Amino acid sequence: MKRKTRRLYAVLVGLCMLGAIAALVLAALEDDIVFFFSPTEVMEKGEIRADQRLRIGGLVETGTVHKGEDGVTNIFTVTDLANTIEVHYKGILPDLFREGQGIVTEGYYRNKVLVADEVLAKHDENYMPPEVADALKKSGKWEEGQPISEALKNGHVPDQAE
Amino acid sequence: MYAEIGHFALILALFVAVIQGVVPLVAGPMGSRRWMSIAGPASLAQFLLLVAAFGALMYGYISSDFSILNVVRNSHTDKPLLYKISGTWGNHEGSMLLWVVILATFGAAVELFGRNLPSGLKNRTLAVQALISVGFLSFILFTSNPFERLVNVPANGQSLNPLLQDMGLAIHPPMLYLGYVGFSIAYSFAVAALIEGRVDASWARWVRPWTLAAWICLTVGIVLGSWWAYYELGWGGWWFWDPVENASFMPWLAGTALLHSAVVVEKRDTLKSWTIFLSIVTFSLSLLGTFLVRSGVLTSVHAFATDPERGVFILILLCISIGGSFALYAFRGPSLMGGGLFKPVSREGALLFNNWILTTATGVVLLGTLYPLFVDVIGSGKVSVGAPFFNRVFIPIMTPLVILMALGPFLSWKRGDAKAILSRYYIVYAATLAAVVLTYILKGDSGWGGYFGMGLATWLGVGTLWELAERVKLGSIPLSKSFSRMRKQPRSSWGMTVAHLGLAIIIAGMTGAGNWKVESIQVMKFGEQIDVAGYTYTFEGVRDVRGPNYDALEGTFNVHKDGEFIVTLRAEKREYDTGGMPTTEAAIHTMFLGDLYAVIADESAGGYVTRIYWNPLVAWMWGGTAFLMLGGLISLSDRRHRVGAPKKSKLAHKTVAGEGVSS
Repeated sequence: MKRKTRRLYAVLVGLCMLGAIAALVLAALEDDIVFFFSPTEVMEKGEIRADQRLRIGGLVETGTVHKGEDGVTNIFTVTDLANTIEVHYKGILPDLFREGQGIVTEGYYRNKVLVADEVLAKHDENYMPPEVADALKKSGKWEEGQPISEALKNGHVPDQAE
Repeated sequence: MYAEIGHFALILALFVAVIQGVVPLVAGPMGSRRWMSIAGPASLAQFLLLVAAFGALMYGYISSDFSILNVVRNSHTDKPLLYKISGTWGNHEGSMLLWVVILATFGAAVELFGRNLPSGLKNRTLAVQALISVGFLSFILFTSNPFERLVNVPANGQSLNPLLQDMGLAIHPPMLYLGYVGFSIAYSFAVAALIEGRVDASWARWVRPWTLAAWICLTVGIVLGSWWAYYELGWGGWWFWDPVENASFMPWLAGTALLHSAVVVEKRDTLKSWTIFLSIVTFSLSLLGTFLVRSGVLTSVHAFATDPERGVFILILLCISIGGSFALYAFRGPSLMGGGLFKPVSREGALLFNNWILTTATGVVLLGTLYPLFVDVIGSGKVSVGAPFFNRVFIPIMTPLVILMALGPFLSWKRGDAKAILSRYYIVYAATLAAVVLTYILKGDSGWGGYFGMGLATWLGVGTLWELAERVKLGSIPLSKSFSRMRKQPRSSWGMTVAHLGLAIIIAGMTGAGNWKVESIQVMKFGEQIDVAGYTYTFEGVRDVRGPNYDALEGTFNVHKDGEFIVTLRAEKREYDTGGMPTTEAAIHTMFLGDLYAVIADESAGGYVTRIYWNPLVAWMWGGTAFLMLGGLISLSDRRHRVGAPKKSKLAHKTVAGEGVSS
């Protein structure tokens, strides 16, 4: 084989490998990425497939954290100060989880409840996840730099029962 | 007073760095060797100044000087001394200071241990190193001054986040930074070589030990972080494909590729341009990692409160250093072509394949990590890319690498004979098959991941040992001769064998921990029993205990297997005196085949919420990493890699390379 032919083969093999990897990555991106929604966006969406994983972020509403009947499921409400979503999480909440704190949670939306299998709170108590900060700003009830506790007090949070 | 001295030392260091960075590069083309050699003493001066600054900050922490804002925010008189010290770098300002201290340490080390380097290359390397330093020193001085004083001195500090008061995490950041910043040497050498327009085998021999040292530190840093997450966060997980974890994993992957391609440059004087490219990429990824962690642009479990202004500053630094070095590469790279030719099936070919895969894997991790940013920027919503994506893409990409990793060391340089190797590979085939069958017998029908992973680990482990056996001609010559051959093996090839073996053990560990984990969450009353993976846990009760600066609720579990007592596990939930968040201390009992892991949470329904895990083969992952590290250290101790090793070693290793026995 001449040097040029060999180089051609090498390039072809390389391209095929690259193509295969690109296909793999694209397929995985299609299936495995998780969209983030604020509680308001979930409300606006209306229909969400039961098998679609999603991420929800917001503040843990004060006074809503309690245990379910089995004693293991944690039930709480996440708010973006305009709308709220009930979250059920079976397991032990992260150490930094507490009321009034910005969190991100991931799971499936079923019967108007987010059945979560992951709750992310941060190592840093002053940290606000960027998505949550955005969601709060969008809801118009909070501005950058304003203490969260104040926003929670002033912001009108509609009662779920209404 | 000392804080002002520290601050002043920092400012002086910036000026020294400017001189060290600019003068040699300007003097070089003018042919003024005397002006160029200013880089050496300057690097030592810069190092001493930065150590003084860092020492001043550390003194502030140890003496709990609450007139310094940084100390107030991150320390407290009640903290044990160790965590007062580690508090120095447990915050943004201090950690950036540590970053430049390490950068200067590497610079000074090049000056001290690199006396045999050609003076042009050494001075230019130190100059490039100093330019990086200028960037980061101005970053510290203009946006994150650690020595800011307070007018109203508070009585006590706000303490270090309790989660970070931990032995593993005290040394995790310094190790990680040693790795990140250590790659700066390879980068500086690469840029210096581009400026000089000359790369040869000796260049690779000078760069490799630094890269290897950085790689070892980064490995240790990553594993410490993973280990910390495993026992401290109480989720029983050890790797989450979180952006911050990826930030340290990408330079590791690229650095691993660099280690291997530098071998080719050293032995065969080819792949030069590619190796230079990798050096630049590896350090760029380290910078990117620093940016991702420090700017908080991505949501991460490990994210800390951040300041956007700082992010922009690092981003600018990132653009200058990456853009500048790639422009230089584009300009000078093509002139580096040439060197020995080789067949696709050869040692060079195998190492090239290793590099393709490792860089592809790096690219995929980079894509997955930054994808949420792209999507956000083009305005099509907010997404997160998590473990499912990475597992699905990363495992298929890495599999061919692991398969080839067992075969590569058999191949000789220039032209290898794959058929001959595969035909005498029967022991490895048999062992792999046996491992798959054994996994099936022991674990039953528990998914293909288990068989696959165990098969792969065995393939690599046995293949590596088989290669060693063949190298020392075990069985074909008398045993004593085999032993003497074994003793004469160069350290670098021992290093390879040990490190590859380590990876095999890690793969087995990850397979076990990833596929056969058993998890159980429930409310337990006192005296209640529960079975998890064949172990019976009895909840004996809770009591309050007092630690040095916290109160803890301690839950006790007695664990039995088949009626026989195994261990008493004591899981804690701690409340630190300084307030803030409670922390979970999982109780872990490590055994050869797996970890017993228990966590206690709050009171509920007349009992306590408990989470119990069986984490199989976790110890293998940590043990395998120890092998990886050990392999690196053995290879580092090879006399060839000692900077300035006598010239005759060049001849010596040429003959060795000809036989195709060394790595």
